[in-house]
Amino acid sequence: MTEVISKTKSLIIKHEKEQSALIPLLQNVQTEYGYVPKESIDLIADELSIFPVEIYGVLTFYSQFHLNPPGKHTIRVCQGTACHVMGGKVILDNFSNKLGIEDGETTEDGLFSLERVACLGACGMAPVIAIDEKFYGKVQLNEIDGILNKYRETNEK
Amino acid sequence: MKNKILICVGTSGLSAGANEVADNFQLELKKHNLFNNYEIIKTGDKGLFVDVIVEIIDSKKTTYINVKPDDVIKIIDSHIINNELYKKRLADENYTNFFKDQERIVLKNCGEIDPEQIDSYLERDGYQAIQKAFKMSRDKILEEVTDSGLKGRGGGGFLTGMKWGFGKKAESNTKYIICNADEGDPGAFMDRSVLESDPHAVLEGMIIAGYTIGANNGYIYCRAEYPLAIKRLNIAITQAKEKGFLGENILGTNFSFNLKIKAGAGAFVCGEETALIASIEGRRGRPKPRPPFPAIKGLWGNPTIINNVETLANIKHIILNGAKWFASKGTKNSTGTKVFALAGKIKNTGLVEVPMGTTIKELVFGPGGGMINKRKKFKAVQLGGPSGGCLPESLIDTPIDFESINKTGAIMGSGGMIVMDESTCMVDMAKYFLKFTVAESCGKCVPCRVGLKRMLETLEAITDGKGTQEHIEFLKEMSPTIKETSLCGLGQTAPNPVLTTLKYFPEEYEEHITEKKCRAKVCESLLEFEVIPDKCTKCGLCFRACPTDALEWKKGEVAYINRDKCIKCKACFEACNFNAIK
Ligand SMILES: Cc1cc2nc3c(=O)[nH]c(=O)nc-3n(C[C@H](O)[C@H](O)[C@H](O)COP(=O)(O)O)c2cc1C
Ligand code: SF4
Ligand code: SF4
Ligand code: SF4
Repeated sequence: MTEVISKTKSLIIKHEKEQSALIPLLQNVQTEYGYVPKESIDLIADELSIFPVEIYGVLTFYSQFHLNPPGKHTIRVCQGTACHVMGGKVILDNFSNKLGIEDGETTEDGLFSLERVACLGACGMAPVIAIDEKFYGKVQLNEIDGILNKYRETNEK
Repeated sequence: MKNKILICVGTSGLSAGANEVADNFQLELKKHNLFNNYEIIKTGDKGLFVDVIVEIIDSKKTTYINVKPDDVIKIIDSHIINNELYKKRLADENYTNFFKDQERIVLKNCGEIDPEQIDSYLERDGYQAIQKAFKMSRDKILEEVTDSGLKGRGGGGFLTGMKWGFGKKAESNTKYIICNADEGDPGAFMDRSVLESDPHAVLEGMIIAGYTIGANNGYIYCRAEYPLAIKRLNIAITQAKEKGFLGENILGTNFSFNLKIKAGAGAFVCGEETALIASIEGRRGRPKPRPPFPAIKGLWGNPTIINNVETLANIKHIILNGAKWFASKGTKNSTGTKVFALAGKIKNTGLVEVPMGTTIKELVFGPGGGMINKRKKFKAVQLGGPSGGCLPESLIDTPIDFESINKTGAIMGSGGMIVMDESTCMVDMAKYFLKFTVAESCGKCVPCRVGLKRMLETLEAITDGKGTQEHIEFLKEMSPTIKETSLCGLGQTAPNPVLTTLKYFPEEYEEHITEKKCRAKVCESLLEFEVIPDKCTKCGLCFRACPTDALEWKKGEVAYINRDKCIKCKACFEACNFNAIK
């Protein structure tokens, strides 16, 4: 039994075996792995008696879920209204340029994933980004290199 | 009594180092052996983004703002040991003005209590309202809520009392209360702040709602993007259970109420009632036709009352102070107060609570403190997010109440209020919101799925400089069709941002089409930056601002922009103080 399967099993036990447990369960799996592995999906489908296609339907409907492993650090760039007005799109374009990836992608070295989010709900700090759990407010274009390098350096250590 | 040190540790406080500030206070107090005289209280957001905010309550209340971890030693030294204010971080006039004209009911506890300690809530009338409500008849509570005139704060503005009435009347042994904490509207953060700063107030509202309609179970459907809110709600639920305010036979009565949290998974449409229910049931969040309304047939087919966070947070105050008190605030048809999330090109961004009927101007130039950049004029204010609209300066005296705002073509919405100045392009704003709704449409019905996409393509053509007069006609014809034929509120309101900008800013559309010009310098395809040599003072500010090496400048030389390398980010244009870049 692979590690993913035994882990998913242990998560399933914590939930009722019914449809309403599906989303929380998938969220648990994603918290564990950063994405939802195929093996987990098959197992959940079996245990909850739901068709896999239906699970894929749910996974693709909700923007929170990922089907591929994310980078070590996830950069989420807010595209809320306040951020848009304060230049959030240019910030996203710059991250995209500097990392050489589009939003939704992961850098080749696996260090960063880039995501656009509809709103982080921190409009007072616009334009705002979050790297993993840490928020950066009032981000200036010329700060981007510094921010990225900080994560690159800690990674090299 | 111990003196108190209140430290704001909301999402914004945390990003500014609030935890370090708190740790340093802890450390320093210990060092000076003052631990027994002072109590440190970590509060939620106070509502103004001048982090970190620290308030010291001794013989009086002193507020320090923008406190950095390094300031703590100095504050202790000066304020606490030498009894002298630490002037450098003292709250300024601006801070005082921000709070001066607010009337805080829902936000009363924000920044005043520790949201992770139920005792902190209990000290300020916490759970008094449920005790009072349990002594009232269910009909009497319903009457109070109805007479208060409270309307739903989630956007729809439906009378809360009437909704509860439907739920109460519905015959069923199983009923549910759902708190809608999805707050999907980009540009809104009122609900997040209330949940992070005063979670028990929302629980209290839900318990009263459950008692009134006879529901024993509740769900809080919270955005997954709000981990701190979810954490604090979990703590609040556990503590409320321990004290007997939640769970079986609450306070010895025969009423039981249990609460669960469901984290959303990132879909705006799940804020819509029927989609939210589908999501809790574990399915794709796709709206269903109403009727049947959830109040009659909701979660798993049972009567379900769905209320917004702010709506529920108002309930305890109505019970404690009475319907008359509540109805005396605001206007005749829009009673009470409303919380707004002020953001954008405004000096003070943050949470503002004012009586309904306050004008846009009073809000923007009162607590808002006016424009962030005095050189740039107010252009518009956006209300109601993707369902709302942009209102121009000529409507700045509009009172903010449900009726007056609806008349303008915008909607009150949930409370997001984004201020825009000359550097915002109105066609781009319309495009921005449509992009959002197109991405968030669940795809169930054609007008919303296909119609909005066509509208977006049309707007893209206009901002790309390929616009024609027919495009405007198309937008005007398409909008009412989509509004009338879409199944849910998302599609029904999605054209509003386009319609209001067409109505109030036709000249900007015109310019994009005929002159291929974007006056706000936002629409990239229409931009070509260049330096006007005669005006350039050779200062080099633009060079420092440019994130690429498109800007060429050497000391003593006029700047030059290499268009091949320019990403049109506008940074040089914003940086130049001499209008030398056009
Ligand atoms: C697309 C869409 C998104 C919505 N999002 C929210 C939301 O995030 N929060 C909310 O309280 N209401 C939202 N609503 C309104 C809810 O459907 C519902 O009217 C509201 O939660 C009822 O509570 P209230 O009467 O207390 O306002 C949304 C409606 C639509 C059509
Ligand atoms: S209007 Fe849009 S979001 Fe609403 S049901 Fe139709 S397609 Fe889905
Ligand atoms: S900022 Fe303006 S004035 Fe200064 S070098 Fe650049 S273009 Fe010239
Ligand atoms: S628009 Fe941006 S990239 Fe282009 S020259 Fe100006 S600062 Fe540099």
